[in-house]
Amino acid sequence: MSEPLLRVEDLTMRFGGLLAIEAFSFSARPRDITAIIGPNGAGKTTAFNCITGFYRPSSGTITLRHANGRTFGLERMEGFRIAEKARIARTFQNIRLFAGMTLLENLLVAQHNRLMRASWYTFGGIVGIPGFKKAEDAAVKKAVYWLERAGLIERADDPAGALPYGAQRRLEIARAMCTEPVLMCLDEPAAGLNARESEEMNAFLRYVRDEHDVSLLLIEHDMSVVMEISDYIVVLDYGRKISEGTPEQIRNDPKVIAAYLGEEEAEAAVAAQGGGA
Amino acid sequence: MATQSAQFPLPAMLKDAFVAALVALALAAPILGMKTEAVPAGAMGIAGQGLILVQRWDVVAIAVALVFVGRLLLNVWWRRRIAARAPGPSFASRIGSVLTGKTPYFAFAMVLAAVTMPMMPFADRYIVDLGILVLTYVMLGWGLNIVVGLAGLLDLGYVAFYAVGAYSFALLAIHFDFSFWVALPLSGLVAAFWGILLGFPVLRLRGDYLAIVTLAFGEMVRIVLLNWYQFTGGPNGLSNIPRPSLFGLQFSPDDEGSFHAFFGIEYDPVHRIIFLYYVIFGLALLTNWVTLRLRRLPVGRAWEALREDEIACRSLGINVRNTKLTAFAIGAMFGGVAGCFFATRQGFISPESFVFIESAMILAIVVLGGLGSQLGVAIAASVMIGAFEIFREVREFRLLAYGGAMVLIMVWRPRGLIAERKPSITLGGERRAIGANMVGEGHG
Repeated sequence: MSEPLLRVEDLTMRFGGLLAIEAFSFSARPRDITAIIGPNGAGKTTAFNCITGFYRPSSGTITLRHANGRTFGLERMEGFRIAEKARIARTFQNIRLFAGMTLLENLLVAQHNRLMRASWYTFGGIVGIPGFKKAEDAAVKKAVYWLERAGLIERADDPAGALPYGAQRRLEIARAMCTEPVLMCLDEPAAGLNARESEEMNAFLRYVRDEHDVSLLLIEHDMSVVMEISDYIVVLDYGRKISEGTPEQIRNDPKVIAAYLGEEEAEAAVAAQGGGA
Repeated sequence: MATQSAQFPLPAMLKDAFVAALVALALAAPILGMKTEAVPAGAMGIAGQGLILVQRWDVVAIAVALVFVGRLLLNVWWRRRIAARAPGPSFASRIGSVLTGKTPYFAFAMVLAAVTMPMMPFADRYIVDLGILVLTYVMLGWGLNIVVGLAGLLDLGYVAFYAVGAYSFALLAIHFDFSFWVALPLSGLVAAFWGILLGFPVLRLRGDYLAIVTLAFGEMVRIVLLNWYQFTGGPNGLSNIPRPSLFGLQFSPDDEGSFHAFFGIEYDPVHRIIFLYYVIFGLALLTNWVTLRLRRLPVGRAWEALREDEIACRSLGINVRNTKLTAFAIGAMFGGVAGCFFATRQGFISPESFVFIESAMILAIVVLGGLGSQLGVAIAASVMIGAFEIFREVREFRLLAYGGAMVLIMVWRPRGLIAERKPSITLGGERRAIGANMVGEGHG
């Protein structure tokens, strides 16, 4: 087996007296779709925030390893550096777009650091150096590519806030992809989508993974999404890992079913599954 | 709702008017009803000089009755309007859209008017001086617009940078004989440096907290200027600040190397005023050009993105602190340049010119004009500063009119005169304005 892309070891996050995550360890392989699932309040989003640098973990290590062998200790890095240097992108449970800016502008902001360098940190851009013009054209081209992929090219000049919900989710993923991540963290990408939209989302995520060599880490409540697209699943409950494995293993794990359904229904469910499905 | 209100429900309207009258009574009774009057010694049987309380309940009654009737009529008017009007844009928002649809023409007309103004027959010394004042505030408004309008950082101490720029030039000129044109960029740089210095500790605060700390910084600068009298002259200020020259030609009555001698015309003190007018006009245009240019650069887009959503910016690898600092520093720089101009125009500066009300005024210009809108800020500055001067005659009512105008703008166009945002780049080529309801105001 290849080296894991992301290795989380003994991650613990304490908020005052509340222990949100306790000694959580898992790893994600390159080009896998890894899902973290668990009931509400299990600590999934907290784990995400630790990985993407929005929280500083109380203890534990988070290591990201690029294909070229470079490793990053994420638990010590500032949030924006994780996005820039370690190349981890993320989306948010409650979509965070730049609502008053157009779709194209949203995707250009995502390429900020590259464009900043091309504009010589503004000093070159203000006098209009040719290198910046070229870099901006390339950035627009990339934005157009992702708008086409997300099926939003017709609305490129509309404000992001005017998009319907499902389109906003796709735009957020497209924006995250414009940062050229090696690992993309998706916080409930299918939340609030109907069955058809959620189907489209699955296809979009698969496309992203297959064509762009990016690994996905996702939190999801919608079991149909999780079971269908995940390669590997980690289950959290009350801040502890209670199970991990392939979708098949997770589906049949009594501990997982218990956590989701409660003890008694779980027994019935296991019995029913053994007979039917 | 519409069907019911069309029937003019009298009891409800009477009740509303009665409540309004009650409020008026509570306010009018102490304010209008009782008046203290000084009486000379011996008058009205009072021994010695003193104050007596004059009761004016008739005035109170009139005021309350006026409020009652006025509120009732207002109610009738409202109801009729609701009944008559089909849902659609209000009168005021139509005014705004008339303006925004034609911004390029309007902006061109304003620039043309500004260029030709000093040559007009009506342009006497007073008018040109007023033009200089208005343009100074336009420039300050545009500078602050970078901080408040684009980056969404509420700065209540902007006048501090204005002061830093003015004092930089004054001190450099007095102690080291710097000329205006050399000191101009230096003042900007010094102000930008102070912007960064202030920004470092302060920009981790957000919203109201940021506003309060910047307000405090503004006051600190003024108080330091007031008390460090060995260096700044304290309340006496600094005088004998040199006047600007035109490529070395002085605007002075002497014949040696002066403007009028070089061009062979009669000496006229208005020449200097007109020259100053064009200097500040050029500086304001430069501010505008740089701002418009920055908006199309990654740093400008990052500012606007920051105003929209700071957390999303972090997730995209944008260094939030540095981006805020650049906005603060560039805004401060323009404030400093404007301050340098102010010092050379006045020839004398003192801390009195840099009080909090100036910051509030500049912020009001930006907010009323429309956050992020260059044209809106220019219009607001012209109207507010111009009107302030024109109504100087009726000084007592000036603040009243000022407050009234602000209330009206906030009721009609709460996002400012021109609230729409134009995208910084498009695929289709046509820049369609983005409605104000989409655009964020920033949270500090």
